[in-house]
Amino acid sequence: MTSPTDLTAGSPMITVTDLTKTFRTGKRVVAALDAVSLTVPAGSCLAVVGESGSGKTTLARIIVGLEKADSGTVAVAGRVVAARADRRELRRRARTIQMVFQDPQSSLNRRLPVHTAVDEVLRVHTDLGRAARRQRCEELFALVGLPARFLRALPEELSGGQRQRVAIARALAADPAVIVLDESVAALDVTVQGQILALLDDLRTAKGLTYLFITHDLSVVQLIADQIVVMRRGRIVERGATADVLGRPQHPYTQLLLACAPRPGWKPQRGVIRALRDEIAT
Amino acid sequence: MLDIRSLSLSIAGDHGALEILRNVSLTVGRGEAVGLVGESGSGKSMTLRSILRTEPRNATVTGSVTLEGVDLLTLAGEPLRMLRAHEVSMIAQNPHAVLNPVLPIGRYLAEGMHDAQGLSLKAARLRAGELLEQVGIDEVDRVLAAYPHQLSGGMLQRVVIAGAIAGKPKLMLADEPTTALDVTTQAEVMAILDDCRRELGMALLFVTHDLDLAAAVCDRINVMKDGEIVETGVPDQLRDHPAHPYTRELMESRPAGILWSPDATPAPTIAKGHDDFSY
Repeated sequence: MTSPTDLTAGSPMITVTDLTKTFRTGKRVVAALDAVSLTVPAGSCLAVVGESGSGKTTLARIIVGLEKADSGTVAVAGRVVAARADRRELRRRARTIQMVFQDPQSSLNRRLPVHTAVDEVLRVHTDLGRAARRQRCEELFALVGLPARFLRALPEELSGGQRQRVAIARALAADPAVIVLDESVAALDVTVQGQILALLDDLRTAKGLTYLFITHDLSVVQLIADQIVVMRRGRIVERGATADVLGRPQHPYTQLLLACAPRPGWKPQRGVIRALRDEIAT
Repeated sequence: MLDIRSLSLSIAGDHGALEILRNVSLTVGRGEAVGLVGESGSGKSMTLRSILRTEPRNATVTGSVTLEGVDLLTLAGEPLRMLRAHEVSMIAQNPHAVLNPVLPIGRYLAEGMHDAQGLSLKAARLRAGELLEQVGIDEVDRVLAAYPHQLSGGMLQRVVIAGAIAGKPKLMLADEPTTALDVTTQAEVMAILDDCRRELGMALLFVTHDLDLAAAVCDRINVMKDGEIVETGVPDQLRDHPAHPYTRELMESRPAGILWSPDATPAPTIAKGHDDFSY
């Protein structure tokens, strides 16, 4: 299988330019994305951090082609992601970019053994025969740290962390260059969260993957991201290297997120929160 | 005040009895804030449910739960209703499960106080406004007139807290009250909950999966795993000298690094006229 891209590390893998998207609910018009631009260098991990309503999930869905922008462009691995695409283009896209969701249930059929989710991707996106696919499934399971005996398990027989490993194996089956991780560790217990983050980090290094990591949780960002963008109400309010944004936050909203993130010795402080909220409002 | 001793709870299942709680013992003193920290399936919620006697019907319970000497496990009928109305209140993760979707907030709060404390509806309505102010809501009139679906999750959770402190209970049980909220809203709601608790001298039993969050508001923390309490201690002690391997694992799975270093914490300048609520 050939990778769809021969981009060298460091050149842009994802380029988002002036993306705008509004949603209408009744009379209200909400700007989910307001002129958002960003680039993700090949082989790096960009974390998009924001709270509910920040537009981070809309951004992710447009980048993988699940949603259409009002205006602006997205290019992944040098190809424009158009909302209207023929079968060939959709296939090509699936071999370039894959997505892992918060809830692995959404990509697993609860009536079928979990290997079928991986096998299906191999059937569609590779020309491997039955036996070769079976072997590839085992390899992929091993890659995400699942023993072969789990191949025939039903989703409900696995823990949340194990199911998320299957979802990652499924994403890897298409041999993509980019994986979009939308709150992929948010539903997991904290001890399991660490294991999945470590797995994702290892896979990125081993396979030279590019990650777009969507999260509300600043504490996981520093473990995985090279760069961060902070979003609020459809706009990017701050961006930079992970250490800079977390260590020397410039925008009051980033400061607020950091002031509110529980950590050892932390106390919630109403005065500090109110002062920062006032500063954001002005 | 609250004394749980050797509490075990099992539920009959297809493959024999399923042990949910094993020999759980914990105490909450008058005015004390105690944390119950564990991951999903550890039994922390079931411990809370057995205090309010809302455990599943087919559960077998042994051990004892007493509140100021009164045995709660044998309580039923009117005394149980009185306990829930006056002594112990509860805040759950999802405010929608508590609030009535077809009642405006003001009526919901007023009717609750009318029923539980025998206030006249007019007096209860005035009191509802005061309570909303107490939980840090600025636009009291708008919120009183609003229906639950018109308010954000953070606002609704404040309303639930207002309802829970209305009867000035001795003990508040909180089951992951901020887990569904955004992180900035979580910090605000926790600060409000903590302020209210201190002002009213209430005791708190706080269930959460987040050890740091529990440490921020609790005097003592119980760490729970697989239906058992594996360690109890004050937050600093658990952080600096965890005795049980599981506590250590919980501590170590928290990301360490720049975010946690003290000099990385932003030091925003606080505008004049604002109180600093640091304790």
